[in-house]
Amino acid sequence: MASRTHAGAVPSTLPRHQILDEQGAIADDPLLSPYVADVTVEQLQHLYRSMTAARRVDEEGTSLQRQGQLVLWVPLRGQEAAQVGSVWPTLPTDRIFPSYREHAVAFERGLAPSDLMRLFRGITAGGWDPEEHNLNLYTMVLASQVPHAVGYAMGTALDRKAAQDAGTPPETDPEAVIAYFGDGASTEGEIHESMVFAASYDAPVLFFIQNNQWAISVPFATQSRVPLATRAAGYGFEGLRVDGNDILGVVAATRYALEKIRAGEGPVLIEAETYRMGAHTTADDPTKYRERDEEEQWGHLDPVDRLRAHLRDAHGVEDEFFETVARENDEIAQRMRADVLAMTPPRFEDSFAKAYAEQHSLVDAERAEYLDYQVGFAPQDEMDTHDTRGAGA
Amino acid sequence: MTQLTVAKAINAGLARAMEENPKVMLMGEDIGSLGGVYRVTEGLKSRFGAHRVLDTPLGEAGIVGTAVGLAERGYRPVCEIQFDGFTFPAFNQITTQLAKIHARSDGQLTVPVTIRIPYGGVIGSVEHHSESPEALFAHTAGLRLLAPSNAQDAYWMSQQAIACDDPVIIFEPKRRYWLKGEVDEKTSPGDPFKASVIREGEEATIVAWGPLVPVALAAAEAAREDGRNVEVIDLRSLSPIDFDTVTASVRKTGRLVIAHEAPTFGGLGGEIAARVTERAFYSLEAPVLRVGAYHLPYPPAAVEENYVPDLDRVLEALDRSFAY
Ligand SMILES: Cc1ncc(C[n+]2csc(CCOP(=O)(O)OP(=O)(O)O)c2C)c(N)n1
Ligand SMILES: [Mg+2]
Repeated sequence: MASRTHAGAVPSTLPRHQILDEQGAIADDPLLSPYVADVTVEQLQHLYRSMTAARRVDEEGTSLQRQGQLVLWVPLRGQEAAQVGSVWPTLPTDRIFPSYREHAVAFERGLAPSDLMRLFRGITAGGWDPEEHNLNLYTMVLASQVPHAVGYAMGTALDRKAAQDAGTPPETDPEAVIAYFGDGASTEGEIHESMVFAASYDAPVLFFIQNNQWAISVPFATQSRVPLATRAAGYGFEGLRVDGNDILGVVAATRYALEKIRAGEGPVLIEAETYRMGAHTTADDPTKYRERDEEEQWGHLDPVDRLRAHLRDAHGVEDEFFETVARENDEIAQRMRADVLAMTPPRFEDSFAKAYAEQHSLVDAERAEYLDYQVGFAPQDEMDTHDTRGAGA
Repeated sequence: MTQLTVAKAINAGLARAMEENPKVMLMGEDIGSLGGVYRVTEGLKSRFGAHRVLDTPLGEAGIVGTAVGLAERGYRPVCEIQFDGFTFPAFNQITTQLAKIHARSDGQLTVPVTIRIPYGGVIGSVEHHSESPEALFAHTAGLRLLAPSNAQDAYWMSQQAIACDDPVIIFEPKRRYWLKGEVDEKTSPGDPFKASVIREGEEATIVAWGPLVPVALAAAEAAREDGRNVEVIDLRSLSPIDFDTVTASVRKTGRLVIAHEAPTFGGLGGEIAARVTERAFYSLEAPVLRVGAYHLPYPPAAVEENYVPDLDRVLEALDRSFAY
């Protein structure tokens, strides 16, 4: 899909990889096809389940927000192949640094949908233990997580070297790290610094960009004249441009990149070209800035439809499978909804225990003041707050 | 006189500044076609053109840094930072460059850049959308800081900030964007860097700014029902601070409560308390009291009302002051 390009753009010569074409037929890709030659129909069905479950949970997220049960929801519709396809090939030992729309990534890593909802329920700024699924927390300040990913990757390389120096036999599958970010975030200065550091230290990190064509209301052409994958060459590492609505293309590109990264060749960048089919968030109104035509055109490239067509046409998968998956997804969404409705807000006083790892006298004092102040509101309380608080003020 | 919301008043103020001076231009993320996530700049791109209302690439350091260069070239850029918590990629440009260029050039260069930051909490949002970072900027010499609390100030301060030859940061009270008020488009209210006594009283003074001004007024009203006569000052400017107006009020009332959404520790309330104590020590009947947030990161929306000062917290501080 030709997105609006910048007037001064120099045409890019970087090939755009694709394995499943728009109709769901196999298109041969000389570099990447071998990387998915072994994918079985059962695995494709797993990928289909993951993509559609994420889409169903996403719909439920929007409806929960509309009903006032979430403070905000960030729809992922359209980006299921880019997300599932890039995380499915990872190992549990690989660390993932998401941005804030990577719900399908999180679910595929094993996070329960309701755990992800805590943040959007407005009861925490986190919501899960990053160690449990090797999945870092969401980050709202664009691009901030990317240097963290590079540093984490540098740490894994240092650990590997220390182990080698100590004579430990090398692991067969060294850890890799994935940093997710968007086309808009790619403009932030921290992205440039991250790429320089990653290149300089051969950090085992995959920069995975979901170019969904929009940064809220700003089209991709404002961020870049060329595909973002071309930027990798300027830092001296490989950049791949892949059809982000093609699940097999994304899986293949990611496997190819992880292989290089694990071999110690340093960073790789993948730009998955996809589309944000929904609003930026539930607070957004895309009719203000983009044409229905464009949405319709991308609608024909829906990643879920494409995989469904492939499963039907190339593997003879029957309706019953798709119907069963749809039913299971409804159950997942209903369970998630019930869990969300049962969530209770945290106690504010617990915040005081979380700001620092070690005891902090000011926080202790303010906690005591806060509790004392709350006691003033207890209905049975007879105490005169003037006397108890005035002296210490 | 026109009735406008704070958001519409800013929009009208920006439009008038752009009409009157072709060098005025707007820059920011999503401010053009979308009109900003709060619609503050709605309609301005179609009215003044994409060359004067820039939907910029997504980089705050780029927005403020290029605004510095544009200002050196004779333009008067107005930068929008989308939310308070996203100011910090531009922190270097604001504090090491924008703030210091006039001094560094021995007064040869002026950089009349305006930065608009929708700030403050209690909007039920996610992390980094509810912060009050004014003290970080007040601590930096070379920057002027304004905090309008109502439509009239929003309309005029936008224009006065743009006209000022120094860099000005406007902290816009985002939870009051829909607050309506009278705007007098004919007569300028005068010096934006002066505080304003918005309710007269004899027994205590409350100083507040931006989103907490309506809370301070409500506290004074509640105190009146208890027979207390409380004065309210809308500080309006956070750098410079009009200590004369505050001190004169405290000399009269003898009691001062300062309320702000930012954490108390290291907040502007401390600076005001110290200056007033130095200037009006013998007039004080009670220590100057501060009401602010706790020394914690802004909490999740579900409990934010425990963190940001509300009417009860201001009243409790007044009670404490009267108890001396
Ligand atoms: C540093 C920073 N600036 C601004 C924002 C406000 N904001 C949130 S999302 C967004 C657009 C991001 O676009 P992109 O990186 O393409 O990711 P997408 O939303 O398309 O997934 C903006 C401007 C922010 N979160 N952080
Ligand atoms: Mg995007």
